[in-house]
Amino acid sequence: MSSRKIKLMQGNEACVEGALYAGMKFYAGYPITPSTEIAEISAQKLPYVGGKFIQMEDEIAGIATAIGGSIAGLKSMTATSGPGFSLKQENIGYAAIAEVPLVIVNVQRGGPSTGLPTAPAQGDVMQAMWGTHGDHPVIAICPSSVKETFYETVRAFNLAEKYRMPVILLTDEVVGHMRESIEIPEPGEIEIYDRLRPETDDQNYLPYGVNDGEIVGRMAGFGEGHRYHITGLFHDETGFPSNSTKNAGVMLDHLMSKISNNTDEIITFEEYLLEDAETVVLSYGSTARSARSAVNKLRAAGHKVGMFRPITIWPFPEKQVVELSKRVKNIVVAEMNLGQLVLEVQRVVEGRTKVHHIGKANGEVVTPIDIIKKVEEVL
Amino acid sequence: MDNNQLVDQYFRKDRLPHIWCPGCGHGVIMHSIVKAIAELGWDKNDVVVVSGIGCSSRAPGYMDFNTLHTTHGRALAFATGVKLAKPHLKVIVISGDGDASAIGGNHLIHASRRNIDITTIVFNNNTYGMTGGQYSPTTPTNEFGTTAPHGNIDAPFDIANLAGAAGATYTARTTAFHMNQMTTIIKNALEHKGFSLVEAISVCPTYYGRKNKKGDAPQMMKWLKDTFIDIKVADKLPEEKRVGKLLMGEFKNVQKPEYTEEYHKIVDRLSGVK
Ligand SMILES: Cc1ncc(C[n+]2csc(CCOP(=O)(O)OP(=O)(O)O)c2C)c(N)n1
Ligand code: SF4
Repeated sequence: MSSRKIKLMQGNEACVEGALYAGMKFYAGYPITPSTEIAEISAQKLPYVGGKFIQMEDEIAGIATAIGGSIAGLKSMTATSGPGFSLKQENIGYAAIAEVPLVIVNVQRGGPSTGLPTAPAQGDVMQAMWGTHGDHPVIAICPSSVKETFYETVRAFNLAEKYRMPVILLTDEVVGHMRESIEIPEPGEIEIYDRLRPETDDQNYLPYGVNDGEIVGRMAGFGEGHRYHITGLFHDETGFPSNSTKNAGVMLDHLMSKISNNTDEIITFEEYLLEDAETVVLSYGSTARSARSAVNKLRAAGHKVGMFRPITIWPFPEKQVVELSKRVKNIVVAEMNLGQLVLEVQRVVEGRTKVHHIGKANGEVVTPIDIIKKVEEVL
Repeated sequence: MDNNQLVDQYFRKDRLPHIWCPGCGHGVIMHSIVKAIAELGWDKNDVVVVSGIGCSSRAPGYMDFNTLHTTHGRALAFATGVKLAKPHLKVIVISGDGDASAIGGNHLIHASRRNIDITTIVFNNNTYGMTGGQYSPTTPTNEFGTTAPHGNIDAPFDIANLAGAAGATYTARTTAFHMNQMTTIIKNALEHKGFSLVEAISVCPTYYGRKNKKGDAPQMMKWLKDTFIDIKVADKLPEEKRVGKLLMGEFKNVQKPEYTEEYHKIVDRLSGVK
């Protein structure tokens, strides 16, 4: 029998547990429903592990301070919901171009604006991808359960450290607030990735120079003996600004390709009853729970229906969806918005099969019955 | 230490010359900051200089420390992260008047309130230099900027006293003309435990000077010389001699619990406890 602790906890609590498991030592943020418990539990727990918590004056400060913590060498996180996520966008871009590891949790709620503060939504899918200005890589992860929130938070930290970039954990109110029992793994059970640091005596240290066989430059913490410059301007390997279009091209290529060259490692998904499926429900986050239940009921009624669930939604599991589109008759995208991820599915499918959409943005979840009705329509 | 030694030891010579216009006051202030650090003999590896965006905010790139050029107005928030994460670091923020008190005004008052041990040097040129001379929160009423072509109707901020009122435990004002005083004041601010703010009055002949007929750089410097009087001197002057003068010097210097130390008391109390 496993000696592991079994606990009943909320998604938001599992997020903090995952972050601590991954080595989070720094949290800065500003409270907002339905993400607030992440701040509260971080405030409670971080000092016990020698970590730091600070409640800043707003969300912009929250992410800026978390970036500062990461630059000083600590694994950092900030969490927010809809309006707060909008405020953080400029500095998400900063972390992307300056290549600073950071985890940003967005427990989505109904919008736009102050919207429906306590109601669930999945309305920030496109904001996660395109919210900040300019071109930059994005990793966004959508867990569906409390347990997955734990594991995916650990993974978000690992990816952030490995690829030196901000990683977005895009949960939703249902996942954040529901309670499920979860077994917390022992230390060492899940691999933890720490950013590569330069040798202390490296006299020729280049903060953005990538060594052979490595993906990103080695990152020194401020105060650890390597004096270097970090900026949100386009810069060269030294970290100092460069206006050259040639250098900008090289840098953008590096930023984008560190992700595009490693999509197989980054992209995760779940396939459910897909082998003989003719209709696929594509769903993510808490909506995928309704989708699973709908698929089970439709199967019981004799329909060849399965589910595809992106866990990593950015980068999008393009290869897998292309593959599906070649063999199924219908893809039904179910999500808590009026049509966001469906755009990506349509783009990827390129008309090879029919793409349908079922979406709600009124603060109600998409129910199994909603999905069953839609599938029966298109069958 | 003479100037050559200072440049050799504390500047990134391969990053010079700087981008500032001839006659800009920003270089003088940067020089004073570095001189103050040199006089304190701080280890360069322990010094972190953080800036936002603006002409002034380009200074860290020239200085041989751990340097961080962030987003407009947010330098204090980034700096708060660095300082809280590693409290032994000496964290200095360089900011323009717009950077510090317009877009960054919220961070300024809250960093002051927290009394976190960061020194902020505001390069106040009374205008937005980098974007071409728009009016800023410190442009005096009735003066001009490219976005105040008919005269500015806003009331200006007094940044040093704003920070003091919000809780900063050390505040001072000095000018690009009064270099020796500036170096002393910055040194005092750097040594002060808690949030310290130095409002360093700069000159922007290119935009502010031209728009407001303040003359060229030497004339603007002369204006600083003739207009600013030390608060201690001013206290002894008769009323009529204070007309038209502006105050400089140390405004506030008190001790209060410092943020990162208070946080560490909590960590010390709890760590090891389960
Ligand atoms: C979010 C954002 N808004 C506006 C700008 C444009 N901008 C760059 S610098 C600046 C003002 C700089 O003025 P100040 O802080 O007084 O510094 P100075 O250039 O005068 O030294 C502005 C408005 C920006 N970079 N980012
Ligand atoms: S525009 Fe003004 S503040 Fe900017 S460098 Fe030129 S003189 Fe200095």
